This record gives sequence, structure tokens and C-alpha cells, in this order.
Amino acid sequence: MKKKMQLWLIVPSLALVLGACEGTMGTKDEGAAGVQEGGTIIQGGSADPARARGIAGVRQFTVHPLDDPSNLLSKRTVYFDFDSAQISSEAQQIIEAHAKYLANNSSAMATLEGHADERGTREYNLALGERRANAVLRLVGLQGASQRQMEAVSYGEENPVAFGHDESSWRQNRRVEILYTVR
Amino acid sequence: MSRFFYTSLLTIILTVGFSGNASAELTIRITQGIEGALPIAVVPLGWPTGTAPPPLDIASIVSNDLRRSGRFSPLSVNDLPGRPTEGDDIRFGDWRLLGTQNLVIGKLIPRGEGRFTIQFRLFDIFRAKQLAGYEFDAAAHELRRTAHQISDIVYELLTGEKGAFNTRIAYITKLRPANSKSRYSLSVADSDGHNAHVILDSAEPILSPSWSPDGRRLAYVSFESRHPRIYIQDLATGIRQQIAAFRGINGAPAWSPDGSRLAMSLSKDGNPEIYILDMATRRFRRLTHHYGIDTEPAWSPDGADLVFTSDRGGRPQIYRMAAGGGSAERITFEGSYNARAMYSPRGNQLALVHGNKGVFRIALLDLENRSLKVLTETALDESPSFAPNGSMILYASTDAQGAALAAVSVDGRVRQRLAVQEGEVREPAWSPFRKTKRP
Repeated sequence: MKKKMQLWLIVPSLALVLGACEGTMGTKDEGAAGVQEGGTIIQGGSADPARARGIAGVRQFTVHPLDDPSNLLSKRTVYFDFDSAQISSEAQQIIEAHAKYLANNSSAMATLEGHADERGTREYNLALGERRANAVLRLVGLQGASQRQMEAVSYGEENPVAFGHDESSWRQNRRVEILYTVR
Repeated sequence: MSRFFYTSLLTIILTVGFSGNASAELTIRITQGIEGALPIAVVPLGWPTGTAPPPLDIASIVSNDLRRSGRFSPLSVNDLPGRPTEGDDIRFGDWRLLGTQNLVIGKLIPRGEGRFTIQFRLFDIFRAKQLAGYEFDAAAHELRRTAHQISDIVYELLTGEKGAFNTRIAYITKLRPANSKSRYSLSVADSDGHNAHVILDSAEPILSPSWSPDGRRLAYVSFESRHPRIYIQDLATGIRQQIAAFRGINGAPAWSPDGSRLAMSLSKDGNPEIYILDMATRRFRRLTHHYGIDTEPAWSPDGADLVFTSDRGGRPQIYRMAAGGGSAERITFEGSYNARAMYSPRGNQLALVHGNKGVFRIALLDLENRSLKVLTETALDESPSFAPNGSMILYASTDAQGAALAAVSVDGRVRQRLAVQEGEVREPAWSPFRKTKRP
């Protein structure tokens, strides 16, 4: 039981370490200390994960922009109309934010995963998912990110996130997910 | 009174056979039969008294096959007025009283060392005349197949159309257990859903199984590398080869009727195009040149033409092109979405997915007069596949009961639903005829 709690606490701490490494404030050493401090707290018997986040707050670690809920970069999914790869203005803002991030972080890499809803045929939807992923890829490329940083992959209708057979599910499934493999 | 009567009570629960994969076993239920189905009786085969029961109830397999076709209404085994095993034992008057038109009788004779002789005879009750008599030799594991061969013979003699009972179906099952990752499997079963074998199990999606014309291999698309790639697997040995693994989509494999080529859709050039792979030289030849989506190729039975789905006109529609290349001719115009066409065995019709006003159904396009007939009534139908005799179309359907396979006769009068106990079944592909030795 205790071991489980430790893991639970170390995971958010590690996320902070990673964030700190790439951010402007933290250094590796400070990050490592953060983990130790987190570990100390666990051994002290506290099981409150919020406490670990509190320490980060005190130290004023920057939240990684990809994890900052107030940053557009925290949005990693853009949505499409039926049988369409047209990028909406809302999607465009999100994609442009990621494009700038990739252009400014040349070591960052992302997979653009295209998906379709269940209507129509599977192979056509595979092609449609690719068309959506490529549409996002082209737009990202226009902002100066290198093609080498991105890969477009289609899963067609094979990996839905919503399982209903109506528009409320379908609209969530017609999407491109921007998945960072290297931040 | 409707010209159709619903025989949903005629639930044929096909129990688990000797397969090792019970969860993949299909249950076939007739949801709509036809009025005027031929009354027939299949009498349990004679078997030596005083010995252990026969290894298989061949008569019930034949009876179920014939019932499932929708063309026959076999008498229940409890209603049989007699159980003759020889022509001389038949009291034709008793059967006439029940309105039975045809009678199948026979014997199963053990020959030792696990071998059997199967004799059967088909009678016309009203003319009191034998129409056919056959004798087979089979090993125990061949008895089920022999039963389907008997069904094929009876079907052909009485309908004039070749039977397709001694065939197989391939299909994909997706299991989505609570709190755990989905599993996908590719299975092959007899056409009645029995004898199911999982031939590929994967954590990633599998789609588009396509039978080689000799029925020995399947081409399919697997995401196991996290990219859609085409594989060919030998059914007997399980040995497989990766056939296409280019950047982008490697999808929609379709074997040419002579087995020498494999058509497919590849997006390696930037967008999906139809390619033909020569199996002997391993050379790819590009067939289409368009910035739109070109996918889902299917061969005409003579191998001269291909049809494929393309959205070059704005929406997905079916186009036809000579297998040697040339211009693409659009052949569907009705409805906003027509895709994944498959030629009928005679080549005069296409089965396809027809989308109109937000519903997707299986339709038949007559290539001579270009008329389109919608065959199904559900809203999310896909993956039509003809029986090799052209009588039925197997397809995938999603409704409130989940994702299952269904079949409809080409005249729309017979409907079946095929479900596995667990999971979603999809992407059916009906095998070609099996090469059989007729007695």
C-alpha cells in the first residue's frame, strides 16, 4: 500500500523535473532535489498528492507550455466536419501554436494522428484520416517547422475515442491528434 | 399480410464445435425468410445400432444449411413421420400428407480407423422418384465438410444454382474488455460459422481481409507496426509475408481472379493511388494518377477491369478503369456516397456501400442498366462480400445490438444475422469455392 502511494507521488514530481529541465527556471539538480523532497514527504506519511504540487508552486517552477491549461498548446486535438479535411478557424489557432512551438524547438518531434468517424467504409476513412493529418502537417510546415519533426499517420475509423453511434460521438472521433514524441 | 414472414423464432443456435476458439464462434440467426420456401425433410442418417452414437449429426448440418439459405423450409426432426434409410422404406404417402416435396435419406457407415462411408439419396416425394444418389468416403475430421458438400448437391439439384455451403468466411473481431486495451483478431470459419480459427491476434487494428482465388491465403492490412501495412498469410501453415510497407497507407488489398496480381491502395506518393503488384516479379505498377483519394480496388471476374472508390469528383463514388490503365469512368451517380464496390461472380452487378441522407446501406448496382437497388435497412452497413455463387451478400452492420455480420440474399428476401458471443465482428470476406472432389 505504502509503495503504491510513493509511486503515485513520484510521478507528478517527475513530470515537474522534466518540465524544469526544459523550462527557464529549473536546473537538473534542483529537479532532483524536488524528487527527494517529494520522497521525504511520502516517508513522513502524507498521502496528499496536492502537497507535491504545492512545493513546485513555492519554488515557482514554470509549467511546461504544453502542460499549461491556459496555453493553446495544451490543446492537442483538432476536429473536422464529416468527409472533410478543412481546417476550422479554431483548429487553425491551435495548429499555429504548435507550429510555432515546433519551429522554436527544433528537437521537438510530433506524430499527427488522423482519425475518422465510423460512417462510410474503413479504407476510405483510412485515406480520409491521412488527408486530415496531412492538412495539419502542411499548415504546421508553413509556420517554419521542419517536415523532419513531424509524421502523419492515419488510423481511419479504427481508434474512436467515443463509442456512440450518433453525432455527439462522431464529432469527437473526426480528429487529428498532435502527439509529441519528443518535447 | 406482408409478403415476407419473419422467422425470428427459428433461431439456430450453432453450438461450439471442436474449435479451440469458442469466443470467435459465430451464431447465425435467420431474421427474415421467404414465403414459399421449399418444404424438404432431411432424415437422420442410418447408423449401426448397438454402437456408440455417430461422431456428427450430418442430417442436422444439412438441414441447417438449407434452412439458412432461405430457399428451403426443412421439417423439424421431431415431426418426421418416419426415419427411412433405404429407398424401399419410404412411405411416400406419409410425406405427401405433410406437404414435403423432397426427402434426403442416407447412411453413415463406420469403416474402422476413423474412416466412414456416407451414402445419401434425394427423392422427389410427389413423383416417388429418386433424383440423386451419392456415396462419399471421409475421415472423421472431414465429416462436417462432407455434410456441406451434401447440402451443395441438394441445393444445386433443386434450385439449379451452385451451392456455397462448403465455403469459408474470414472476419475481424474486436474485443474491448473493460479497463484494458482492445484486442483484434482475424478468424476463418466455415460458412455456417462453425470451426472458427483465429489466424492472427493483435493489439492493433486489422482490416480488409481478401481471399486468394485458390482459397489458401489471405491478404490483409495490419497496424501491428503502428502503420497500416499489407501482409499475406498462408492459412495452412500460418506463415506470412509483409507485402507492402511504404510510407503512408498500405491498404485495400484485392487479389486478381487468376491470383497473379494484388491490387492495393498506396499513399507513398503523397495521396492514395491504386497500384498493382505483380506477385511473380514483385514489381508495383501505378494505375491511377489523381490528387484525390483512390482506394478500395476490386477486380472484374475476367480480370480485365478494376473498380475503385475515388473522391476526385468531390465525394466518394465508384470509378472503373481497365487493369492495363487508361481513363477512369465514373459509374455511380445516385446518392452522395458510394464506396467499396465488389463485382458479383457473374460480373454484371456491383455490391457497394451506398450513403444517402446520412445512412449507409448495402446496395446492388446493375452494370447493364445502371439501376441501383438498396438491399439493407440498417444505417451503418459496410464491407459487402458476395457468396461465390452470387446468392447472398455478407456485410458488417452496426446497430443497437452492436457490431455484427449480416447477410442478405441478392433479391433482398432472406436476411441473417451472424454474431459472436463476445466482441464486435466486422470486415467479412466470403471465400471462393473450394476445390472439391465430387463423388
